[in-house]
Amino acid sequence: MRALKRSLVALALAGVFGAAQAQVSDNVIKIGVLSDMSSLYTDLAGAGSVVAAKMAVEDSGIEKRGYKVEVISADHQNKPDVGSAIARQWYDTDKVDVIVDVPNSGVALAVSGITKDKGKAFLVSGAATSDLTGKACSPNTIHWTYDTWMLANGTGSAIVKTGGDTWFFLTADYAFGLALERDTEAVVLKNGGKVLGKVRHPLNTQDFSSFLLQAQASKAKIIGLANAGGDTTNSIKQAAEFGIVKGGQNLAGLLVFLTDVHALGLPTAQGLIFTETFYWDLNDQTRAFAKRFAERDKGIHPTMVHAGVYSAVTHYLKAVEALKSDDGTKVIAKMKEMPTDDPLFGKGSIRVDGRKIHPAYLVEVKKPSESKGPWDYYKIRSTIPADQAFRPLAEGGCPLVK
Amino acid sequence: MTLFGVPTQALFGQLLIGLINGAFYAMLSLGLAVIFGLLNINNFAHGAQYMMGAFCAYFLLQLAGLGYWWALLLAPLVVGATGILIERTMLARLYKLDHLYGLLLTFGLALIIQGVFTNYYGSAGLPYQIPSELGGAFNLGFMFLPKYRAWVILASLIVCLATWFVIERTKLGSYLRAATENPALVQAFGVNVPRMVTLTYGFGVALAGLAGVLAAPIYTVNPQMGANMIIVVFAVVVIGGMGSILGAVLTGFGLGVIEGLTKVFYPEASNTVIFVIMVIVLILRPAGLFGRER
Repeated sequence: MRALKRSLVALALAGVFGAAQAQVSDNVIKIGVLSDMSSLYTDLAGAGSVVAAKMAVEDSGIEKRGYKVEVISADHQNKPDVGSAIARQWYDTDKVDVIVDVPNSGVALAVSGITKDKGKAFLVSGAATSDLTGKACSPNTIHWTYDTWMLANGTGSAIVKTGGDTWFFLTADYAFGLALERDTEAVVLKNGGKVLGKVRHPLNTQDFSSFLLQAQASKAKIIGLANAGGDTTNSIKQAAEFGIVKGGQNLAGLLVFLTDVHALGLPTAQGLIFTETFYWDLNDQTRAFAKRFAERDKGIHPTMVHAGVYSAVTHYLKAVEALKSDDGTKVIAKMKEMPTDDPLFGKGSIRVDGRKIHPAYLVEVKKPSESKGPWDYYKIRSTIPADQAFRPLAEGGCPLVK
Repeated sequence: MTLFGVPTQALFGQLLIGLINGAFYAMLSLGLAVIFGLLNINNFAHGAQYMMGAFCAYFLLQLAGLGYWWALLLAPLVVGATGILIERTMLARLYKLDHLYGLLLTFGLALIIQGVFTNYYGSAGLPYQIPSELGGAFNLGFMFLPKYRAWVILASLIVCLATWFVIERTKLGSYLRAATENPALVQAFGVNVPRMVTLTYGFGVALAGLAGVLAAPIYTVNPQMGANMIIVVFAVVVIGGMGSILGAVLTGFGLGVIEGLTKVFYPEASNTVIFVIMVIVLILRPAGLFGRER
């Protein structure tokens, strides 16, 4: 009886506010954070992405203006079939309006297809494959934080230009790893380097010593790690053990997150060079965000994926308010039309192929002696301006670009 | 010189790596085989207990300042003690029931333990350095062998041989084996069988904890490390023959080598090859390579 009474009250309240937001479906903007909540990408996305989405909703103040926003979350377990099933259920029966995050390129590509079919909205932060804005681009998807082309371009060209001209790839054997390897190989070849060999390992491998020996035997100057999360930390840790760096070969972590450096510890991670689009210690605004974020996420400082979720949800809510509608296709179009501006990435824009544009940073991991304490890990070596950080619009092969 | 298109030097290196990974499989499947042999329990919490061993080493270092060698001694004791607690309070109630209940209980425990650790420590892992005494490496000519890996093989061989010796060649071992066959009769001779069962489970779990400490400096200490390992280790036990000590050890090392070679010739299949072998073995010899039909 009480439940019935409560839902009647809720219905009545919804009626009151309903007038202000006639176009918002079922009177709630429902944001679904679909992420890896239990496996190797949990810390760099996972629960932190839910925190970031909630912070974006709170900071936008949209609820004070009569809109009701709900943030829900689920674990896709890094399985495209599980992710697809959740996305369908969210869109069809749970009235979810927008899905955000989705680390793991395999799952993200599947969700992007479903989102397009259902006419909803998809804001990618965690996934990396540049195909999301290339041949698999969609009018309902925006790829926010980073992608494989940007990583390859930032890290790859910096390394080839400083003499690292022969490469061996250690690649995670799925959509993301293959895309990262392909994009990096292109950069290496373009800058006059050579690829001596590559080996593909299954996702979530514990022991890399066998692969590292093959890399060692190749005599390549650079071992490119086209993997992520736990796979990257294990490869770096074991490479140190096998004396790879002492033997004169260098590692290029093509996708390394702040949480990976934290897991490795500075003695092992020092000197690594890689590309990021966000670091919490960039300016006063990012530091303030990191402080609030860490308090809510077990002390973990925000990765670029978390920052991307915050920034994407912030811009999404602005577009919904401007349109007074949460129709997926229209909101995405509006988001591309409006310039972006938020405390974490500054001013930016979104291209017609769905690529969010902002600067990228080439960072180097500090020596233990340079670090002032936990999470003080990066030196910014150079900034890649927004117009050079991402793949030129014409080269992606996205059908939306005419 | 090359063999199957791979330089023989590289091949030797890969064989050695395979043996190192086999050492972990052997030590974990040994604990499982001991537990299954005496308790008839499929201890699915073994992976979680392996992970607890690694975490225990991390806590000892962070909270008590005790380094690797202390951890090697203390972590198995602590993890073994939690095992004894689990046996006394939960497993002891299940012996008269079907295997399935033990499997469900331990599997549930594994999920809970992993969930709790993930909740507090996340999944990215925690750093644990190789002890300074074992840093560096031997140059074997055909490969660069980290001292720590050599130590892992040595430690594992010692533990496996000692366990095999105790169970197969001593009086205590003969009680254990007799209790496996007919607990009521052994009890009638004045041997305290329930206590022996408890201690055996504790010992099997302590072996998992020890393997966890050995693994901590190589892999990052993270809550998932056991989950990735346990399925493979169960396959090892099944291939070796459930309950066979020698079978578990030999199959552990053998499969480590086969997996290592797969990583050279067809890396994409490296985490399925063991299951393919398991299927073939189960078709040809349902009791496993070293098992006997009961």
